[in-house]
Amino acid sequence: MDNIAGQNQGNRVLVNITMLILVLLWLLPSVGLLVSSFRDRDQIANSGWWMSPFTVDLNFRARSNSDDVVEQNGIFVIEGNVFTDPSVASRFPDGEGAIGAFGPTARDLDAFAPGTTAEMPRGGTLTVEADGSYRIESDEPIDRGPAIFFQALTPPSFTLDNYRTVLFADGMDRAFINTLTVAIPATIIPILIAAFAAYALAWMDFPGRGLLIAAVVGLLVVPLQLALVPLLNLHTSIGIGQSFLGIWLAHTGFGLPLAVYLLRNYMVGLPRDIIESAKVDGATDFQVFVRIILPLSFPALASFAIFQFLWTWNDLLVAKVFLPSGAASQVMTVKIADDLLGSRGGDWGILATAAFVSIAVPLAVFFTMQRYLVRGLLAGSVK
Amino acid sequence: MPPVIQGIITIIIGVGGCVGYFFASNWILDNVIYPAKGPKAGHNINRANQVRPWLFLFPAMFALGLYLAYPVVGSFIRSLFDRSGANFIGLGNYIDLFSESTFRTAVRNNLLWVLVVPAMSTFIGLVVAQLSDRLSWGNIAKSLIFMPMAISFVGASLIWRFVYAPDADLGIINSIRDSLGMSVLDPLQVRFWNNFFLMFILVWIQTGFAMVILSAALRGIPEETIEAAIIDGANPFQVFFKIKVPQIMGTIVVVWTTITILVLKVFDIVYTMTGGNFGTHILPSYMMTYMFRDDGRATAVAFVIMILVLPVMIWNIRQARKEMR
Repeated sequence: MDNIAGQNQGNRVLVNITMLILVLLWLLPSVGLLVSSFRDRDQIANSGWWMSPFTVDLNFRARSNSDDVVEQNGIFVIEGNVFTDPSVASRFPDGEGAIGAFGPTARDLDAFAPGTTAEMPRGGTLTVEADGSYRIESDEPIDRGPAIFFQALTPPSFTLDNYRTVLFADGMDRAFINTLTVAIPATIIPILIAAFAAYALAWMDFPGRGLLIAAVVGLLVVPLQLALVPLLNLHTSIGIGQSFLGIWLAHTGFGLPLAVYLLRNYMVGLPRDIIESAKVDGATDFQVFVRIILPLSFPALASFAIFQFLWTWNDLLVAKVFLPSGAASQVMTVKIADDLLGSRGGDWGILATAAFVSIAVPLAVFFTMQRYLVRGLLAGSVK
Repeated sequence: MPPVIQGIITIIIGVGGCVGYFFASNWILDNVIYPAKGPKAGHNINRANQVRPWLFLFPAMFALGLYLAYPVVGSFIRSLFDRSGANFIGLGNYIDLFSESTFRTAVRNNLLWVLVVPAMSTFIGLVVAQLSDRLSWGNIAKSLIFMPMAISFVGASLIWRFVYAPDADLGIINSIRDSLGMSVLDPLQVRFWNNFFLMFILVWIQTGFAMVILSAALRGIPEETIEAAIIDGANPFQVFFKIKVPQIMGTIVVVWTTITILVLKVFDIVYTMTGGNFGTHILPSYMMTYMFRDDGRATAVAFVIMILVLPVMIWNIRQARKEMR
């Protein structure tokens, strides 16, 4: 609608650039996580994820073997090829590569060009050719093979190892199932309860209706934090304790205000004629609700279901309080925040993979059902 | 019994129970208590229709009362007792809290969060909503900016741990600093400003929400007002700030308050990023340090959060009542 008066071209470019920057700022962090989850530990430590599609110089360390020492004319010599060293074999599977630079210590690993000869700190000399073959010479007998540090051009490579570790060795599979176990009942149960209440608040006349609606709006903003201690004590005293049953009930209670509010706002907008003509034809409220209102409210039911599913799937607080802390009932958010960040805090590949596994389902739900999500947001906030 | 089977049984019992309850209670009302036949049929139908709303409402009211209304009172009462719960100490917990410097930092940080996060999210959301309407790829842009809404706070925190990582080969921030010749630093340990780095994570998540709602509101503006302004010679900035923004002010306020409420609940980001170290505690994360250790203190912190929410709550209720009239 701004195009009525001629917009100049410069303005358009500016708008495009501003949006591009914003979109990149919003997208890049997640892309970084996704890319990092496909890289192994060395790659992550050696180069940023933004370098991963390129062939880059990576740093490696190979160790020569003292068993290979041969004596030639009074000097001791080790010969070999750095690319056949087992510690770098995973990156150079065919035992070939191109040396960018090398050095005898980790600090000056890029100090020497291939083909030149370097003095080693503990005596002797080291020569590394561009194809990786090296020659160590020393006047003294060599009892420990010295380490060789080198940079080599490494083609981009991605691995599924992190996913294997996270899904099958780290207990994330268990946490995934637990999360699903928490989220699905906690999504389905409040919908029905809320739908009946919303119908009563929208289409039935009774004293105190306005007051009840106001109460629901008020409860919408009660901070969860208030509920934690009293409800946990209540659950413990009636024998539910910290358990799945407890967390389903808690999520049901916490999700209800939004559910009732959203559904009532939607149902109030349904055409009065349909409901009244059904009643004239002799339908009871119960029949009107089940046969007419419920099917017509499908879009609102779907949007609440998406909200509640995302919220229960992503929740950390309620799970920490209402579920026992053992691995048997940990959900993914708790597992990541309490377990992985502590025990594998430095293992960025594993962290990235775990995070991505935990956000994959919500993202799938989000992209397939965005329409309903938007509609729900609008029903909840705009009048 | 494995939790999955337990879950399936719960769904069946829950859904079946709900349907059963509504069906059975309605049937009993119509056929047993107030049967719609006999000499008092008309009277009975009226009576039944007076009772029915409460049958529909009962489960929701019961759950809401038990899980949200009772805790407000329950938490307040519990906060007046000491750690064991046996001795009444009046406002002792609150007095102790306010004498703690960590608590005061948490209150200060929380106020900063409440000021900065809704303001930034709403502002960026508004800008995106306005600009994307004029782009051919506007819908894709909106979808991508909306995406973080689906990501958990824990997941988002991990994403941003990568961005903030104190290593030039890992974190973009330090990589940029490195290429500019600056030394590596840990953004999360920079006192005071680290709070803003944490806030930005929530802004990143919430901007999409603001954008979606404001975008719909912008579309709802009557075109005549804009045409008139353009004919009168208003430039795009004037059209935006003097014609469009005033017309969607109501929606802006709704978005603002919704995000404010959310800010007062979110403990995950601080918990995952810093654990409250380096002066970054906010009230929800501070409360979790007492959870399971000292119920009296934990409920006292929770009640302080409630007091902060109260103005918004009253405002919301008044708005809702105004709309119903």
